[in-house]
Amino acid sequence: MSFFFEVLLGGLLAGVMYSLIAIGFVLIYKASGVFNFAQGSMVLFAALTFVSLLERSVPFWGAFVFTLLIMLVLAWAIERFVLRQLVNRPPITLFMATLGLSYIIEGLAQAVWGAQVHGLDLGVSDEPFELGGMLLSQFDLFAAAVAGTLVVLLSLLFNKTRTGIALRAVADDQLAALAVGIRLHRLWLIVWAVAGVVGLVAGLLWGARLGVQFSLSLIVLKALPVLIIGGFTSIGGAIVGGLIIGASEKLAEVFIGPIIGGGIENWFPYVLAMLFLLVRPAGLFGERAIERV
Amino acid sequence: MHAILKKSTQLLAVASLGVMLFSANASAANEQYFPLQSYRIGPYAAGGTGFFGGFIDYLQYVNAKEGGVNGVKFTWSECETEYVVEKGVECYERLKKGLNGAPAAATNPLSVGIAYATLERSTADKLPLITINHGRTDSTDGSVFPYAFPLQLNPYSEVSAIINYIAEKSGGLDKLKGKKIVTLYHGSPYGKETSPILELLAKKYGFELTLLEVPHPGNEQQSQWLNIRRAKPDWVILRGWGVMNPVALKTAQKTGFPTDRIIGNIWSNSEEDAAPAGAAAKGFISITTHPSGTNFPVLQDIDKFVVKAGKGNLQDAKRFGTVYYNLGVVNGILNVEAVRVAQAKFGKRPLTGEEVRWGFENIRLDDKRLKELGALGLVQPLKLSCADHEGGGAVRFQQWDGSKWNVISDWVQADRKLLRPIIEESARQYAKEKGITPRDCGKEG
Repeated sequence: MSFFFEVLLGGLLAGVMYSLIAIGFVLIYKASGVFNFAQGSMVLFAALTFVSLLERSVPFWGAFVFTLLIMLVLAWAIERFVLRQLVNRPPITLFMATLGLSYIIEGLAQAVWGAQVHGLDLGVSDEPFELGGMLLSQFDLFAAAVAGTLVVLLSLLFNKTRTGIALRAVADDQLAALAVGIRLHRLWLIVWAVAGVVGLVAGLLWGARLGVQFSLSLIVLKALPVLIIGGFTSIGGAIVGGLIIGASEKLAEVFIGPIIGGGIENWFPYVLAMLFLLVRPAGLFGERAIERV
Repeated sequence: MHAILKKSTQLLAVASLGVMLFSANASAANEQYFPLQSYRIGPYAAGGTGFFGGFIDYLQYVNAKEGGVNGVKFTWSECETEYVVEKGVECYERLKKGLNGAPAAATNPLSVGIAYATLERSTADKLPLITINHGRTDSTDGSVFPYAFPLQLNPYSEVSAIINYIAEKSGGLDKLKGKKIVTLYHGSPYGKETSPILELLAKKYGFELTLLEVPHPGNEQQSQWLNIRRAKPDWVILRGWGVMNPVALKTAQKTGFPTDRIIGNIWSNSEEDAAPAGAAAKGFISITTHPSGTNFPVLQDIDKFVVKAGKGNLQDAKRFGTVYYNLGVVNGILNVEAVRVAQAKFGKRPLTGEEVRWGFENIRLDDKRLKELGALGLVQPLKLSCADHEGGGAVRFQQWDGSKWNVISDWVQADRKLLRPIIEESARQYAKEKGITPRDCGKEG
């Protein structure tokens, strides 16, 4: 039984890491109704910039602040040169634009920082410790604490500030929001900048775990089922979705995998997500769209 | 007067163009070309830049130090594949005809997918396909696969040598009985290729084998390592690729499995596989066909003639002497040696792919020759033939000390006698499916 709980706990902690990626998607989607395919590339770009600066003897916090500034510049450039040109275009146009952005950011990252694989040590030990017969990772607990803090801060931003309320108005109806004087471009800049910050935090945690390399951009694949289950518009949903996906994929791999040949961890979350789609198309916490037809 | 001047200028231009073309042809007439399906961007760029960097630097070194081979200089051009099979095939088609009249010697895609996709084309075009340390195991049988060369080590030899090493550590092959070995493999045809031979070896020697798949790309392995923790194996064989390797080492640490009981295969053995795992990689063992480091005369010469001359191909000079770079150098040595051997038979001139193929099949690298090449200890003794396109089948073991690899064993040989009938049977099946009549290697000169 203790093995079952160890697998479950490990899965929940892995799920928190998936949530970190999913939150970046939620932010952009809430503000513009766009599924930002470039989120994975932003994570990679942030982590690669940070680690490359560290390797050039820039101190930790200096590298962090400098990377943060670069992410803000990136957000500004995306808003100024891509999104501003595409206001009121169909969502599929914006989605295709983010697809293009994804390749551009990846290429840019490699052109600037090179193709080398980097190790990243955040100074948090990954040595396990034993609790009730189970091994727990200090690093995973640290990541969970960071994710929890991030959720609280983002919830405050969205629910307790004028910017948050404006963002919700834009998410509901861009034209109506423009009509009442909300400055759409400014809001998009803010939200892309916040997504960049989330990308940096996710990039550091994932980079410390995987090494900073181009496969980092593939972690977006883990966020898709999380979003389907949690809903595309809820930060809390991203956390709950992440926990469900993390726990279920680990339990499935360990207890069902051996019966059907193993290696099911990648597709099992999508089976779960499909089931959720059939029952709750908007996800657990997503907003149901009611439209006059 | 103006008309005369204009006419003279035109004549001069035509004459200059003629001279330029003649010079280009004259130069190409004495050059041997290597088409390089390289990958310098994308997820596998770290391997591509190291390998092709080493390969190109070796060619540059031979040109700079010896003026090529018997006066035939080497030339090359790159085509970016991003490790994508379709692009690899497109590059093959674009480059196979040679460059400015210099004939192509061989292709070296360093990609299982591209190698599989261009295997039949290479045979049809009579252009050797070099898959050093990888490729189809059954292409070792040159009677059925005349143009494919899994030089040094095929996948079956790789696992056989690892099992022999574990036996050596356990006190002999008979001591393998009852041992528990887990193989953690990449969820791809590459990862699964050695499963049948591992099962065969488990049956033969009586060890308990567990095969665990890690879905591509391998950035989450918690459940696999919890299964390993539950199984309590004596050894774990890591058959990884890319990000799967450091994640395996990190997760092993997290689940309390000792790193010095993990043996990485040939694609889990580079600095890029161990370093990103940080302290978790310390003690990790892997196989290698060539040590890293720069303590070999050939590498010191490359440094002197190429790198210090400012012509080195590596963007990051610190990667000089790393595993991928040295593999590129070894690959260069073998390709150039094939050209040299073939020239001895066909003449001191640029050769066709078919002639270079003969050169590969007649490579004889003993310690004396390796010493002459400055590569003693870097390349294993090799003897290739029509029937044997692998030639070596031996590996050494290295251990990561936290910052670099250290060789910890002598050459450990695969059980090639055991593997040969399996390889021949697989090649025979392939020949039957494709309607190929195998060459009679007894008649090949």
